[in-house]
Parts: sequence; C-alpha cells; structure tokens
Amino acid sequence: MDDSKEQNFLRGCLLFSQSHTFAAKFIKHFMGKNVKIKHGMDISLEGVAEKNVIIANAPVTYAVKPKDFKGLLPKMKVKVGDKVKAGECLFTDKKNDQICFTSPVSGTVEEVLRGDRRAILEVVVKADEAQESASFDVSDYQNKSGDEVKAVMLSAGVWPFIVQRPYGVLADTDIAPKAIHVSGFDSAPLAADLYVTLNGEEENLKVGFEVLRKLTEGDVHLNLHSNFDSSIYSKVEGVIRNTFSGPHPSGLVGVQINKIDPINKGDIVWTIKPQHVAFIGRLFTQGNLDLSQTIVVAGSEVSMPAYYSTKLGANLHSVLNNNISSENVRVISGNVLTGTKVNNDGFLGFFDNGISVIPEGDEYELLGWLVPSYARPTLSSTLPISKFFKKKFKANTNPHGEERAYVVTGQYEKVMPMDIMPQQLIKSVMTKDLELMENLGIYEVIEEDFALCEFVCTSKINVQEILSEGLALMEEES
Amino acid sequence: MKFLRDQVDKIKPTFSEGGKLSFLHSTFDALETFLFVPNHTTKNGTHIKDGVDLKKTMFLVVIALIPALLFGMWNIGHLQSLALTGEDGDLFGNFWVGLLQILPIIIVSYGVGLGIEMAFAQFKGHPVNEGFLVTGLLIPMVMPADIPLWMVGLATAFAVVIGKEVFGGTGMNFLNPALTARMFLYIGHTPDMSGEECWVPIPEGMAAVDGYSGATSLGNMATASAAGKPWSDDLLFGGSIMDSVIGTVPGSIAETSVIAILIGAAILIGAGVGSWKIMLSTVLGGLFMGWIMNVSADGNVWTDVPAWYHLAIGGFMFGAVFMTTDPVSAAQTDRGKWIYGFLIGVLTVLIRVFNPGYPEGIMMAILFMNVFAPLIDYYVVQSNIKMRLNRVKV
Repeated sequence: MDDSKEQNFLRGCLLFSQSHTFAAKFIKHFMGKNVKIKHGMDISLEGVAEKNVIIANAPVTYAVKPKDFKGLLPKMKVKVGDKVKAGECLFTDKKNDQICFTSPVSGTVEEVLRGDRRAILEVVVKADEAQESASFDVSDYQNKSGDEVKAVMLSAGVWPFIVQRPYGVLADTDIAPKAIHVSGFDSAPLAADLYVTLNGEEENLKVGFEVLRKLTEGDVHLNLHSNFDSSIYSKVEGVIRNTFSGPHPSGLVGVQINKIDPINKGDIVWTIKPQHVAFIGRLFTQGNLDLSQTIVVAGSEVSMPAYYSTKLGANLHSVLNNNISSENVRVISGNVLTGTKVNNDGFLGFFDNGISVIPEGDEYELLGWLVPSYARPTLSSTLPISKFFKKKFKANTNPHGEERAYVVTGQYEKVMPMDIMPQQLIKSVMTKDLELMENLGIYEVIEEDFALCEFVCTSKINVQEILSEGLALMEEES
Repeated sequence: MKFLRDQVDKIKPTFSEGGKLSFLHSTFDALETFLFVPNHTTKNGTHIKDGVDLKKTMFLVVIALIPALLFGMWNIGHLQSLALTGEDGDLFGNFWVGLLQILPIIIVSYGVGLGIEMAFAQFKGHPVNEGFLVTGLLIPMVMPADIPLWMVGLATAFAVVIGKEVFGGTGMNFLNPALTARMFLYIGHTPDMSGEECWVPIPEGMAAVDGYSGATSLGNMATASAAGKPWSDDLLFGGSIMDSVIGTVPGSIAETSVIAILIGAAILIGAGVGSWKIMLSTVLGGLFMGWIMNVSADGNVWTDVPAWYHLAIGGFMFGAVFMTTDPVSAAQTDRGKWIYGFLIGVLTVLIRVFNPGYPEGIMMAILFMNVFAPLIDYYVVQSNIKMRLNRVKV
C-alpha cells in the first residue's frame, strides 16, 4: 500500500467510525432504552377494579389541599363566600406568587379548613349547577414560546402538576430542567390501568407532550412497560420512548430516571404523570381548565371495585357512598404504599387517580407472629404459605409487629432497583450526615422510591418518614 | 382467645404507668406482645406492611439451631457412656444424660440474659428486643458440657452488658454476643474451656475406662504437631473423618455434627434469614487456605491435613452457619458479605496452622472480622460513592 492509498484507507476508517458513533448516538437518542427491573415485588391485593367506567354522581363539593404539595405555604386569594370559576385562583405559593392553585369547578368557596397552628388543610368549593370556566389565551399555542406556555400553565393552575427533583417539590418557574420524565404506567398495588383511565385522551396527550417539550431544552422521556398497553400514547411525538419490564417499582418515575439518565448533583429534573399531561393538553386545546378524570376505586372493602368518571379534588362521597362493604376500613387517596389516609367523605388528593379501601387491622392476634391467622403479603420465605401459595391478599393496616432497631440486612436491596444503597442512605439520614447523604444519592430519590423498603422492613421502621426528614434537611442547607 | 385477651387486659393497668407493678412494665410488655401481636395500625407511611417481624425472624433461627442442639444432647450421653463403659448406651439414655447436663446451662443463660435485657429495657424505656432469644441459646451451644453454671451466668452477663448494652443494645453491638461470652471464659478460665476433660462430664466418684481419651481431633493434632509427628487419619477422634461429619466426637455442646448444622443451614437459607453468601464464602475461604497449605506442604500435621477436613473438625461449620451470619456484627453490604466470609474462612485455617497455643481458630477469626466488618463496608460504600462521582465527570 503506498502512502496516498494508506491515507485514503485511514480517512475511510475514520469516517466510518465517526458515522458509526454518530449513528449509535442517533439510535440511542430516538430509540430510548430497554430496561429490565429485577429488584422489586408486585403486591397483589384483593379487590382489583373491573375495567368498566361508571359515571359517578357529580359531587357537591371539591377541595384543593395545600398539604398535597411538599413544603408549600399557601397565600389565600379568596375568602369564604367568594364566587370562583373553574380555573380561577384559590391560593398561591407564598414563595412564588406566580404559582396559582385554582378551583377545579365553578362555585362558592364554602370553607377554609385549618389544622394545627392554623395551617390550611383544605379549601372547599361548593359547585354551581351550571359550570363556568375562566378562559385562557391558547390560540396558536404551537408557535408559543416556552415562557408563554408557562404563563398560561401558571395562571390556569396546571403548573403544580409538575414535580421537581431533587426533593420532589413544586417546579421552579425560572429554571429549564435537564429533562422531563413521564412514567406511562403505574405498577403500584391496585393502581389504575392508564389504558382505561386515559382512553380517548390520545389527542390531549399529544398536545400535552407538545407543550412539555417547550419547557426544556433537554429530552422528554415517556417510559412504558412491555406488558402494559400503551396505544393511548400512539399520537405522542418528539419524545424518547423507553421500555421497562419487571415488577413494581418499575412504574416509579424515580427508578426510571435512575436507569435512563440519573440525577447528579446540580441537576434539576421534572416529572409529571400522564393524566396530568392530558389535563395540560385539554387546557391548550379548549382554552379552559377541565380536570375531569377517570379514577380507580379498588380494594377488598369496596363493594363495586371499578373505574369512576369524576373530577380532580372531588368529594369521595360520590363514589364511596353505599360502595364500602364493611365498617372498620381505611380509605386511602392514592395507593396503599404511598397514599394519604382520608375520611369516607374526604377529598381526592391533587396527584391521585385512585382510591384504595382496605380493612383496618386494629385487632390483637393471638401468637400472630408464630402462627398467622390469615395470609398476608410478604417478601419473606418465613411465611411460606403466604409467599408461595396465596395469590391475592386481603391486607389490612396492622404492621404485624413492633418497631425495632435495625437487625436484618440485605432486605431493602431486594426491592430497590436503583444503584443506591438504601439502608446506608437511611442510616446517613438518621445520623444527619449531610455529606454522606449527598454522596449516597439523596438527590435522586423521593419518599415514594423507598415505600417498598418500608413495606418489607422486618424492623418496621418508617423509612419514608426518615427520608422525608433527610430531604427537608438537604433542602434547607442548599 | 377472647378469654385470654380479657385476662391480659384485666391485669394490664397494674403494669402500666402509675400501676403497682409499673417497674415491670417492659417485662409485661414483652410477654404481652409475645402472646398477642398488638392492635396497632400503620401511621405516616405505607398503609400495609409485610407479615414478617423480628420475632418471627429470630424464632426461625432458634428452629434452625434445634437439630444441632438435639444432636449435641445425645452426643454427650453417647460420649459419657463410651468413657465410662467403653460401650455405647441406648438412644434414649444417651439423650437423657445430655438433656440433664445441658438444660441447666440453657436455663442459666436465658435467665441471666433476659433478666439483664429486661432491666435495661425498663431503665431505658424501650421494648425488650427479641435478639436475645437467639443469643441465649447460642451461648450454651458453644460451651463445653462440663462448664460450671456460675461461669455460664458470668459470661452471659458480660456478653449482654459489655458486649451489647453499652453500645446501645441490639442492633448496635459490633461483636457477636455469643462469641463474646465464649471468648470471655476462654481467656479467663482456659482450663475449663479446653483440653481433654471439659467436653464430656464424668460423674463424681466414677472414672473413665482405661485407654479412653477425651481429646478433640484439633487437640490431638496440636500435640502431634508439637512432637513433630506426621499427619495421619489416626489423629482424628474415632480414626475417621466421617465421625466428625456425623458428629460423634467431643467438642462444644452443639458444634460437632456437620450434618445437623447443615440441616440448620438449610432452614436459615430456605427461610431467607441467614445469608448464604456469608456461609458459602466462609467455606470457600477455609477451603482456599487449606489448599494453599496443602500445596506448600512441609510434612507438618497442619499443612498436610486435607483441606476439606478443616470444615468438618472443630467448630468451623457451626461458626460458618450460625455465628458469621449474625447480621448485626457481620458486614452489611452485599459485596462486603463475600469479603467478610471469605476472610473468616482464611483466618480460621491460618490460626489453626500457625498458632501453636490455640488449636481452634473460628472463634478468633469471627471476632476479628467482626471488628473489621465496618471497614469492609466502608470501602464498599465508597465504591458506590465513587461510581456516583464518576457519573458527573463522564
């Protein structure tokens, strides 16, 4: 080979390798990742909802609960007796007056319920018979800039649907995040099948994702599960679709972020649930706030576990009246791992699209630790009958033991798919070691990511509560 | 159940704050929760919780210890009969002798230990932890059968107070409590813890038959090594390694039978309570070091003994299955567990081979690695931290 030939050959190699890496990058960029989740567990409970949608009676009252938002100090914009339209501001964030929390319906402000130290718990709106909505300028939204759509989202009250990591707080209005992640499925126990709840929302999802893409220069990730029907997202464009397989917590967006594009120190990442993306889509299609949604009502104590069509913030009386089959129950807005305890006539949480009703477990059990009198969900082979033979459980709220110091090790790791050392991170929070917390990846997690660890804990330690203290401490220091 | 519950509820106020016997509150609470799982419900977190708790976990370990304990009881009767008559006794008779010998030791261990635990719980106002259910049984199992009861009581008190409570109680101790008890006696009362006489109790006024030696295989090997004799199977008690596998040899109460211990290991692993990683890596470590000794053999008893014999003689298997796997004093990270176990195996053989004064190595090796477990974990955690830092740079 003479010199020129050699040069050509080398140039060719270089070009090939360059085009090759470019192609690899290209493929990687638009194909998304395939991730298999191995560490985790599905908890199957009795009372799975039938896949039919029942139109619930329209509730009389609706509420927005400031406690649904981490760290929020509300600043009231209305008084009891004021008239509001759907999409009009009820209160704002004291730290950022731009962020409005709006009324889901038109009506009269009926009550501002306060708790300890006068903290506002609920702002209740009694709905009018004829519904009116505030209108928003969404004309030609396709050509609007990020700041312009942001302004519409803020005033219509859909901004708070975005959750910001680290810490899982309200999204900062002055920041463009590194990426936006949407978990396209829910793997939690008794969770809603989004294929049912978002059926018919294809167009709204498309528009919603289009709007989200304006908010970041980075990627918008839509994460799907290989076993779940994802045809509802068929019209969505311009996002990276990643595919997951395996048990819960594969549906937790925190786990997905960790596998796709982990949060490093200094990164800001936003997450939002698909049903809320549909709300945004609706806002930008119709020009008004419409928070109608289909929710799942499930659990062993529900007479008719099914999907119900209602609205965000709805009073649960409309779906739970005559629908609970026993006396002593716990009603949870959300799922049994991360949801909030509410009263039978309480209100649906801001972020929730499901209600779980399970029996309370406030009963003594004779030698229950030795010979359990009924099967209960477990990861442990010390309960072989429960673990290997029982398919579905009627789980109650008894913790099946008392809190103890840490003894067992290696247990959290079995249900923690992120490359995080769960027990060490929790211990670093217990000792308030900020540097270690940071080094062990506290930026990447929020409470829900540790819910399964808390469930399986032999020592019955309230892991989510401890992590929450750690997150608050980190946020305070930063 | 209702009747029993009513009775408990009736006497509960007496033990509660302000009641006549409120100084026994922790004790009452421990017994009540033993009898009934409390009627508490979940708050501020997951609404449902896994069916397993520490009571169940500890109970499983106790179950796993039973085969070795029962065999140990029989074995003491068996060896005593051999020593006194030169012939084996009947099954039931052997067992009865062992039971009478061991039961008082267990009662003393539980009595002293639980008494101290309950007193500490009452004093510090926290519930009694179930950990001692296991420790209280492990302590007798690693004692020689002829141990005076006052020593058992003293060692138990030492292990619970100095080994555990001063560090903050169960979950905070860095040494294995049962081995702490054994080490305490070994250093303070060596003649009662080693040699030929301590393993098999000979009733007063009676004497062993001529030619009977109660020396353990490890003891024989140490003597032979000191005398410069070569290795042969005759040094083993009973003349064959199979006696050590089955367990019909002298030794601490429950450490002798590899088979009974493996049944326990199967229970621990099957129930997911004991770490198979630690057990396996300990065995591998022992085999590895034994093999190194074999290939560098220089005609000495200790270097020539086949590597796998190390697993069968002495307390190797008992330590590997029941002592290394104590989750509190072992390494807590997954990778750390492999390193921790492997080094225990290596160290055990090293101590056996190179320490002329003390033939058994597993107790020293485990306690030594207990001390180093946090360091191993530290480096495993650092590697996770480094991985996270590298991610930023890439």
